[in-house]
Amino acid sequence: MKKRWICLFVENETGVLARISGIFSGKSYNLDSLTVGITEDKTISRMTISLTSDDKTFEQIKKQLGRSVEVIKVVDFADIAVHMKELMFVRVNHCSDREVDEIFKISKTFHASVIDYSPATVLIESIQTENRNNALIFLLEKCYANRIEIVRGGSVAIEALSIPKGTL
Amino acid sequence: MLITGAELFVKALKAEQIDTLFAYPGGQAIDLFHVLYGENDIDVILPRHEQGLIHAADGYARSTGKVGVCLVTSGPGATNLVTGIATANYDSVPLVCFTGQVPTGLIGNDAFQEVDIVGITRSICKYAVTVRKREDLAVIIKKAFTIARTGKPGVVVVDLPKDIQKEYGSDEYPEKIEIRGYKPNLSVHAGQIKKALETLNSAKKPLFLIGGGVSISHAHSEMQKLAEITGVPVITTIMGKGVIPTIHDLYIGNIGIHGSYAANMAVSNCDVLFSIGTRFNDRITGKIGHFATHAAIIHIDIDPASISRNIEVDIPIVADAKTAISALLEKAQKLDIGEWSEQIEQWKSQYPLFMKTKGLTPEKIIREINHTFDHAMIATDVGQNQLWATQFLELSDKKQLLTSGGLGTMGYGFPAAIGAKIGNPSKDVIVISGDGGMQMNIQEMATAVCYELPIIVCIFNNGYLGNVRQWQEMFFDKHYSSTCMRYRKSCPNICNSPTERCPEYTPDFTKLAESYGAKGIRVTKENEIAAAFETAKNTLKVPTVIEFMIEPEENVMPIVPPGNALDDMILV
Repeated sequence: MKKRWICLFVENETGVLARISGIFSGKSYNLDSLTVGITEDKTISRMTISLTSDDKTFEQIKKQLGRSVEVIKVVDFADIAVHMKELMFVRVNHCSDREVDEIFKISKTFHASVIDYSPATVLIESIQTENRNNALIFLLEKCYANRIEIVRGGSVAIEALSIPKGTL
Repeated sequence: MLITGAELFVKALKAEQIDTLFAYPGGQAIDLFHVLYGENDIDVILPRHEQGLIHAADGYARSTGKVGVCLVTSGPGATNLVTGIATANYDSVPLVCFTGQVPTGLIGNDAFQEVDIVGITRSICKYAVTVRKREDLAVIIKKAFTIARTGKPGVVVVDLPKDIQKEYGSDEYPEKIEIRGYKPNLSVHAGQIKKALETLNSAKKPLFLIGGGVSISHAHSEMQKLAEITGVPVITTIMGKGVIPTIHDLYIGNIGIHGSYAANMAVSNCDVLFSIGTRFNDRITGKIGHFATHAAIIHIDIDPASISRNIEVDIPIVADAKTAISALLEKAQKLDIGEWSEQIEQWKSQYPLFMKTKGLTPEKIIREINHTFDHAMIATDVGQNQLWATQFLELSDKKQLLTSGGLGTMGYGFPAAIGAKIGNPSKDVIVISGDGGMQMNIQEMATAVCYELPIIVCIFNNGYLGNVRQWQEMFFDKHYSSTCMRYRKSCPNICNSPTERCPEYTPDFTKLAESYGAKGIRVTKENEIAAAFETAKNTLKVPTVIEFMIEPEENVMPIVPPGNALDDMILV
C-alpha cells in the first residue's frame, strides 16, 4: 500500500463529482482526499485526488477513471515533479497566556501563521504539503490534546517547471 | 425554425434511424407521446411493465445489432428500468433510455413521481445525464447515441424534464459531435500483434478463448478464419458461444463452472491462452490462482480496464476484436500441434456432455430445438434452463443465443425474445425459461399476443428454483430453503424432497397462456416433444407456450464446486 496522487481534468457539469466519488465508493477504492475547482477554461474542472492503494489497484483506478465519459484526462503524479500544497486551519482552545506565546513560536517554526485570536483561542493557518501539516498536527495534538479543532482542505497540485521529478 | 423539445426528440430518433421505440407513457412523458401519435416512421411498442420493456429493447438490440431505445415516464417508470439497465450494460448492449422528469423548477422538491434517476443509475450505465437547458438537447441526444453504440457499447440514460420537452428552440440536430473525454480505441498496436503471433506460433498447446466481445464486434467469420488458418482449438465463454459454429471440428465447448470437461481441461493445460473479448469473470476462472497456470496469456479487449484485472496478462492488446483479428489474419500461419489436438479429442470423447436421466430431459428438448429450427434466435432465462441451453444448444451464424450472462437477470428471457422477434420477424424465436423466471415477466404475454408475435416459449417446469435448489442439494445439506415453487401455507416448515402429496403447481401455464389468447401445450413425455414443436412452428399469429414437466431434482452437470480449480470438477 502506497500513498499516491492523481490529477483529473473533468467536464464542469452537474453530477461529475458524484460520478468520480461513486467510482471510489462503488469499487471499494480508498480515497484520502479530493479537491476540485474550476480552471481557466470554465467548462473544465480540475481535481486533485490523494489515495492509498497497492500497484495493481492503482492501475485499475486510473483505468476506471479514464473510461468515464466525464473525465477528459488522467495525470499520474508519480512520474512527474509537482508543487503540492494543502490549506489547513487549526484552532486551539482554552489556552493560557504562556500557551498562546508558545503557539506563536510553533507557527513560526512550521512556517504557518496565526491569523486570528481571542484571549484564550488561537487560529493557525498552514499552507504546506500534507506531510508538513501532519507534522504540525502531531505536535499540536501532543501539546494541546482535546483542545484543537482541525479543518483540512485536501491537497492541490500543479506540475513543476524547474525540476524533473519529485514533490517540491 | 423553432420546434419543441418533444418535436426535436422525434427528429433526433429519425436522424439516428430509429424505427422501433419501446415505450410506456406517464405524466412527465405525455408530451413526447403526443408527438409520437400517428407517427408512421417509428413503431411504438407498448409492453406491460417497464422491466419487460427494457429487456425487450435489449433483446432487439442484441439480435439486430442496432441501438435499442426506451422511453418511460419519471419516478416509477424510470426506476422500473433499473434492472434492465444493469443487465444490458453488463453485457455491453447498446441502449438509449429516455426518462421523463418533473419540470426543472420542481427538481429537488420531492415532487410527485420525482426520482433522481441519473443518480440511481450512474454506476450501472455507461453515461447518464439530465437535460437542463433546451439548447443542449440536440447535442445531448447525439452524444447519447454516439456513446451507446461505439467503443464498448453500453447503456446511456437521458433524463428529460417536462418543461424542456415543451420549450421551443432550434430544430437543428448535429450530424457528428466531438466528445473530448471519450475516445474509444479505433486502431490496434502493430507491435503487440506481432508479439502475440510470435508467442502463438511458438506454442505447443495453444488455445483460443472467445468471449462476448467477439460477437459484439461482429467478428464471427474473421474468428472462424483465424481458427481454421492456425488450426488452434477454440473454447468459449457463455457469451462467446456461437462465434464459431458449435459443430465445427475446432470447437471444444464452454469453459467455467458448468463448462465441458474437455474445455476446462484444455484451459488448465494449455501453454498459450489467446483470449479475445472476455473479462475473465469468476464464473469462468474457477479458483483464480489455478487458472491456466501453465500458459502465457494474450488478451485482446476494447476496454483497458478489463485487462490484467482478474488475470495477469502477458501480452495485452487494447482494440476492437474485429480490428485486432483482421490484423492477426494478415500474418497468421498453420501451427504444428497434432499431439495437443489429439489430447483434446481424447478429453472430448472421455466425458462428453450428456444427461443420464431417462424420459423427458432438458437435453432431449434442446436437441429437438437444434433439429427443428434452422434460422433461429434463442433467448434463455437465468438458472438451470440457461446452463442446459448453453451446454446443449447448437449455434452458428444462423442460430444466435440471447442470454443475460453478466448480471444473470431472471425474467430476462421472455421479454428479450419479444424484442428479438420484433427485430427479426422472419426468424423463429424461441425462449428457454424455467417456471421461476417465466413468472417474473409473464405479463408480457399480452404484449406478444397484441403484436401478433409467434414466439415459442419453452418452460422447463421442475417446480423449483432449480439452480439454487441444486446448490442446496450439493452444498447446503439438502435444505430446500425457499426454493420450492409448490410450497403452500399447509406444507411442513421443513421439506427436502418432492413427494406425491405435494400441492398442485400454480399457475397452470397452459391455461394462463390461453387466457392471454396464446396457445398452451403441456408435454409430460419424451415422445411428445417433436409434435409440440411442430404445432408451435405452425402457429403463426400468437405465441405458443410449451410447458415441459421435467424431473424436479434434475441437476446441471458437470460442476466445478465453489473454490475449486477448473480441472477439479464433479462430472456426473
